[in-house]
Parts: sequence; C-alpha cells; structure tokens
Amino acid sequence: MKKWIAGLALATLSLGMAANAQDEGPFGMEIEARQGLMAYRAINIGTLAAMAKGEAEYDAAKAKVAADALLASASLDQSMLWPAGSDNAANPKSTAAAAIWADGSDIGDKSAAFTTAAQAMAAAAGTDLASLQGAMDGLGASCGGCHKAYRVPSN
Amino acid sequence: MASRTVKVLGALALLGVGAFLVLTRADKLPDTAMDGLQADAARGEQVFWAGGCASCHAAIDATGDGKFLLAGGQKFSSPFGTFIAPNISPDPENGIGGWTALDLANAMARGVSPEGTHYYPVFPYASYIHADLQDIADLHAFLMTLPAVATPSPAHEVGFPFNIRRSLGGWKMLFLTPDWVVDGDLSEAQKRGRYLVEGLGHCAECHTPRNALGGLDRSRWLAGGPVPGGKGNFPNITPASLDWSEKDIVEYLTTGFTPDFDSAGGHMALVVENTAKLPPEDRAAIAAYLQIVPPVETAKPQGAP
Repeated sequence: MKKWIAGLALATLSLGMAANAQDEGPFGMEIEARQGLMAYRAINIGTLAAMAKGEAEYDAAKAKVAADALLASASLDQSMLWPAGSDNAANPKSTAAAAIWADGSDIGDKSAAFTTAAQAMAAAAGTDLASLQGAMDGLGASCGGCHKAYRVPSN
Repeated sequence: MASRTVKVLGALALLGVGAFLVLTRADKLPDTAMDGLQADAARGEQVFWAGGCASCHAAIDATGDGKFLLAGGQKFSSPFGTFIAPNISPDPENGIGGWTALDLANAMARGVSPEGTHYYPVFPYASYIHADLQDIADLHAFLMTLPAVATPSPAHEVGFPFNIRRSLGGWKMLFLTPDWVVDGDLSEAQKRGRYLVEGLGHCAECHTPRNALGGLDRSRWLAGGPVPGGKGNFPNITPASLDWSEKDIVEYLTTGFTPDFDSAGGHMALVVENTAKLPPEDRAAIAAYLQIVPPVETAKPQGAP
C-alpha cells in the first residue's frame, strides 16, 4: 500500500513536471537539461580558472577532479538533448541558434573541439599549475568557438 | 486667383525642395581637418581593435591574420532592409586604397563617402563621430598596411523609400550628435572608458534600443533590447542589470568568461577577440565607465504580460 501511494505520488509529480515543461514551450525539458549540462561545465571550468588566475591555491587533486568531470561531460551522448525545433526561435528559453540544425552546420566539429580541449586539460590539470594554465586558453577558445557561431544574444 | 494660388504653392514647393536639399546635403569636415597630423601605423592597430573594424568587415569566422582581410560581405538584417559590409581593404578598385586620411575621417566621423553621399548608419558613425582625428589618421596608416583584397562590394538589399540616401541627411539632423551621453565630472579612466564605449567601441549600437526611425534611444542608454531583424535580445549592461565588479568586466573582455563561467556568444565573442588585444588599462577604463552609466531597468520583451 505504502509503495503504491509512493508510486502514485511520484507519477503525479513527474506528470506535473512534464506539464511544467510543456508550459515553457516546446522541448522545455531538453533545453533545461542542456543548460544544466552547461552549468555543470561552468562550475568545473570555474574551479580550474580560479587556480589558473591565482585566486585559489593550486590543488592538483581538486584540479584533476574538475578536469575529469569536464572530459566526462564531453563524452556524454547528447543526441536526445538537441532535437530539431528546440532553437531560440521556437522557444525563447533557449539561446541556441537555428543555424545549429541548418545545412552546412559544423556543430559536430565545434563539439569535437571541446572534447579535444577537455582531453588536453585532463592531461594537464593534475600535473602542475603551469600545465593547467597552458591548457586554459584552448579550453576557453573551444567554448567561445561554438558560442560565437551558434548562440543568439540574450539578457 | 487660381493662378496666383498655383504660383504661391509652386514657390512654397520650391522653397521646400530647396530646404530639403540644403538640410539633407552631406556635411563634410573642413578640408584642412587632418593637416599637420603625423600618422603612426602601430598606434593605428590599437585603434583598429578598439574600433572593431574586423568584426564586421572581415569574414565572421576569421581568426588570426584572417581578421586583416577586410573584404566585407557580412550581412546585417534590419527593419529597413539587409545591409552588406563593404570591402575596406586597401584594394584601389574594390576597397579604400584610394582614400586619404581625410576621406576616412569624413566616412567615420560624418558618415559621408568621398563622393559626398551619405552612408547608412549601420556603419556606426553616430559613435565614431567621437573619434579623435589623430586616431583616425593612425588607423588610416594602419589600414593601408593590410593586404588588398579584390572582392567587389555588393549593393545593400534595401528597398524604397530607404534606398533614397539623401533622406539620411534628415536622419543625421535628428540623431547624429557630438554630445556625450554620460557627462559631468569624470576621472581620467572614466573619460577614456567613455571614449571607448560611446565612441570607438560603438557598444551602444547594439546595447542601446532604437526608435522607429532607427535612431538610438539615448534615454535608455545601454539598456539592451531586441536584436533588429534577428532573434534574441541584446543584454542590458547598465548597473541596473549588470551587477559585475570592474574586475569581472575586465575578465570578461579579456577571456570571454562571465563571473559564472559562462562564455561570450554571437557577435560579442568577436568583440571580446578585439578587446582582448587592447592594453589592460583600456579594458579597466571600459569597466570604470560602465559603473557610472545611469541604471535603466530592462524593458519587458514585446508581447510579454
């Protein structure tokens, strides 16, 4: 009985969440999920950047954890997060440009560039501060490279 | 009686046409404006990055030395039509190889071509009007050191009535002013920042909303607004919305990272590629200026409840 009530409560909750996502326009959950993934990356990049800039003391173990987390995020299959029609024009909650899905889009190359930069950071972060700092520019450039081409301005 | 009315009306019409022609004629700098200025191409490169020339006149995906190939071709949509950035490489046929420093000054600070026609304000002369003539002389010297590219400039895709360039004289009367928006007792850094933001950096061209005629709404200076003819919103960068410290702003203009480690996107990523090449004190000056801009609340998007 208890299990049954809990199950019902969970089902109601998820229905509510789905309805919420519906209210937010098409693909609300997909957009939330990818923005969450970006925030996950931002937190880890923030950890690395603080050390690179000398705002936080260099901690090899902590740096390695952050860099490994970034690399792990790069290896996730995101195909279900980016359905066609989940761009900014269809849902203003997203800042994804429709050009991502257009002919001639090189979104795959941009994504691969992030993976390469994350690999370089994962190899460097735990070595020493100078190595971490050396990998920082490439990492930032891989973020910027994709945002430059495929992100619309937002407040 | 009737013929007299016709004569009076005719005279008035002539007066009207005359007034239109006088008021809308292209207003140039004095011929001697650039006399005596020594040009320094190395300084001109700093002006080039501060002015953001490459962001519009080079290919949008240009990197490294590709930013020095100013063949034009980028398109800018607007409610008035689609504008296409022209070739400003030193090619004498297709670019500006034949231009004097005075020609460049008239283009940037007055919006007038060497032939005496008005440019469309998509070319940000409403900001460049603040540019020091010395900076323009230096920029001219630098531009002439860049590679010539033989790509013709296509015509803008602008329909009637906006294709009557003469009427831009009226636009200039309404919206072209050498007055600063932020005035008063400013520190040296704040003044430098104002010069970079209101002038060379032409930040307001995107970050300030425009009225129905395409003029900047100076009462909502840097308060953001919808992207003309495009998607998304330019962000409000007045202190009412942008609560970053000066250090945060300097970091953003250097690496593109926000305090939350989001990173610059769209055209702003190109702007950061420029500001990253400025001396650190210039980025600090921009930050100092942004702290004293009057705070303006963000407008609700159109159609929002």
